[in-house]
Amino acid sequence: MAQLYSSVKPTPMLKDELDIVIPTIRNLDFLEMWRPFFEQYHLIIVQDGDPSKVINIPEGFDYELYNRNDINRILGPKASCISFKDSACRCFGYMVSKKKYIYTIDDDCFVAKDPTGKEINALEQHIKNLLSPSTPHFFNTLYDPYRDGADFVRGYPFSMREGAITAVSHGLWLNIPDYDAPTQLVKPLEKNSRKFDLPLRLPILYVDAVMTIPKGTLFPMCGMNLAFDRELIGPAMYFGLMGDGQPIGRYDDMWAGWCVKVICDHMGWGVKTGLPYIWHSKASNPFVNLKKEYNGIFWQEEAIPFFQSVTLPKECTSVQQCYLELAKLVKEKLGKVDPYFITLATGMVTWIEAWEELNSEEGTEAKAPNGKNE
Amino acid sequence: MSSAEINKNEVDIVIGALNADLTQFLTSWRPFFSGFHLIVVKDPELKEELNIPEGFDVDVYSKTDMEKVVGASNATMFSGYSCRYFGYLISKKKYIVSIDDDCVPAKDPKGFLVDAVTQHVINLENPATPLFFNTLYDPYCEGADFVRGYPFSLRSGVPCAASCGLWLNLADLDAPTQALKTEQRNTSYVDAVMTVPAKAMLPISGINIAFNRELVGPALVPALRLAGEGKVRWETLEDVWCGMCLKHISDHLGYGVKTGLPYVWRNERGDAVESLRKKWEGMKLMEKSVPFFESLKLPETALKVEDCVIELAKAVKEQLGSDDPAFTQAADAMVKWIQLWNSVNSSA
Repeated sequence: MAQLYSSVKPTPMLKDELDIVIPTIRNLDFLEMWRPFFEQYHLIIVQDGDPSKVINIPEGFDYELYNRNDINRILGPKASCISFKDSACRCFGYMVSKKKYIYTIDDDCFVAKDPTGKEINALEQHIKNLLSPSTPHFFNTLYDPYRDGADFVRGYPFSMREGAITAVSHGLWLNIPDYDAPTQLVKPLEKNSRKFDLPLRLPILYVDAVMTIPKGTLFPMCGMNLAFDRELIGPAMYFGLMGDGQPIGRYDDMWAGWCVKVICDHMGWGVKTGLPYIWHSKASNPFVNLKKEYNGIFWQEEAIPFFQSVTLPKECTSVQQCYLELAKLVKEKLGKVDPYFITLATGMVTWIEAWEELNSEEGTEAKAPNGKNE
Repeated sequence: MSSAEINKNEVDIVIGALNADLTQFLTSWRPFFSGFHLIVVKDPELKEELNIPEGFDVDVYSKTDMEKVVGASNATMFSGYSCRYFGYLISKKKYIVSIDDDCVPAKDPKGFLVDAVTQHVINLENPATPLFFNTLYDPYCEGADFVRGYPFSLRSGVPCAASCGLWLNLADLDAPTQALKTEQRNTSYVDAVMTVPAKAMLPISGINIAFNRELVGPALVPALRLAGEGKVRWETLEDVWCGMCLKHISDHLGYGVKTGLPYVWRNERGDAVESLRKKWEGMKLMEKSVPFFESLKLPETALKVEDCVIELAKAVKEQLGSDDPAFTQAADAMVKWIQLWNSVNSSA
């Protein structure tokens, strides 16, 4: 039944249909560990910070690299919508990609192992997630019914068993969980730990499930291990204005996640979360994080009710239209919380303008990057 | 939280006996049922005497008891799988844990038997988080927490109304699915508890369930009865309908419903292909129910669980009554259930 819809065995690699987008400010040594899984894919590196610094990329990878100079050159005045000194700049990579799918990963994330000790091919799992339907309209208690060994449970309406297109696959992290600064401060040494101890290893929390986040429910989307259908939802994956010159940081992916979920719900698309896991190695400084997140902690209390109650008009039939409508509403309703939101709303509009420009027929020529290795 | 830390006096374990011989069932659960009070309710249509091993603190209820409490005509409400609801009705405890009599304790991936009772009570005692999805699932369990981006104002959670457990071996699939995949067994142990978000609908299975009776007892309604209602789960939807009502009412009142751990091991029983031969009207009824629940809005004035059930019953009759007599009967049963609940529980 459900497996009629699952991906073809073996999982297609999609190597000509998927770009891996990596923001970095230091080096890409971590790619060495990912080599067996990433080597056949095209990488888009977005270099944040000082553009004169040379980023070391391990040999043998096919990549294009963009630094701040490239971003300014390609977007001109519209470059104002791309953050500086924040990993939010990664969304520039989404914009310049020409592929159907994007996988984005942080440069401090490594290959994790499952409870049997086998290395997890995160990219393959994301592809499986994206190529099989989602179930946003009715929750399946056995989680993703399209996975091998699972199915829809008794009582699940048959009319909903074809599912919806999957727009986003949100992966998780072992070792250092994605906590906010206050939580990090209170629980300094905690790793994802639970009853599932393996001998001679650190306790790990491995939840062997993929599930669809129901329609109408928001979630905190983490950009560390994320894949999406760029052709579907790309224009909504703007990671906002963070970092240098901005009053907020570490909310880039959160902001994108709220916008994306509202739009996916409107369009009838699904967002999955769960597998795959990657190994998150670096716990950032909680005091630095607190400074970055500080405003966000208060502002999210306003932003979330806003996103929970927003309705997009029926006339918004494309993602771009939905996004522009959202930008309008952000300015109207959240502008009163802080002028930052007015700036952000402007950034959202600029982003869509830039997206349209770069992704139109003419836009493709203008974008030759700084470093390119083929 | 271990079994030593939960208050056993707050819990009733309610078992609907559809099979007469409960020896294997109760013996296998003894380590986890011991110290608890058990309510065993015998399916009124079951002719044989129940066989219950020694050493349990158990009260057994049969058709005669039902008729004494609710009258002969109302006793029909509690036939088949619905017999357990009589146990819910007469219990005086805060929490109810209910497991089908063809399930035994499951083993976790380390090989240890799962204490489903304790896990259910832990789920019920800890808050639920239906208003925002936590990507690390249950934030209150040891070793986990709320992730970055989870609003602080929502971190105290809401009361948990129900805990829906899962099943290894024979999962709760419907007859067509199991008939098509005769060999499929659930071997996947997903080590998580999570709250099903508000407004999301789900099929709640009665095979392995627990709930806060003080909070939402009246919302567990024995209402929807299929014409060909049988003695295997493939031939009933009473729990699924009950669950749709329960979830909707929980959402309305601001409570949460959890799903995930604990697992039980469900023994082989029945034949999916055989069940498939019966005209499976359950499918049609579910299709009609879904748009109904999707658009249903209980009035803001319905602040008590009993009132919510009455309003729901009214809406069922109005909007679904003409679609199928099963819905009218369900609506009537729901109203009757509240009357019985009020009369039985007012004298307490």
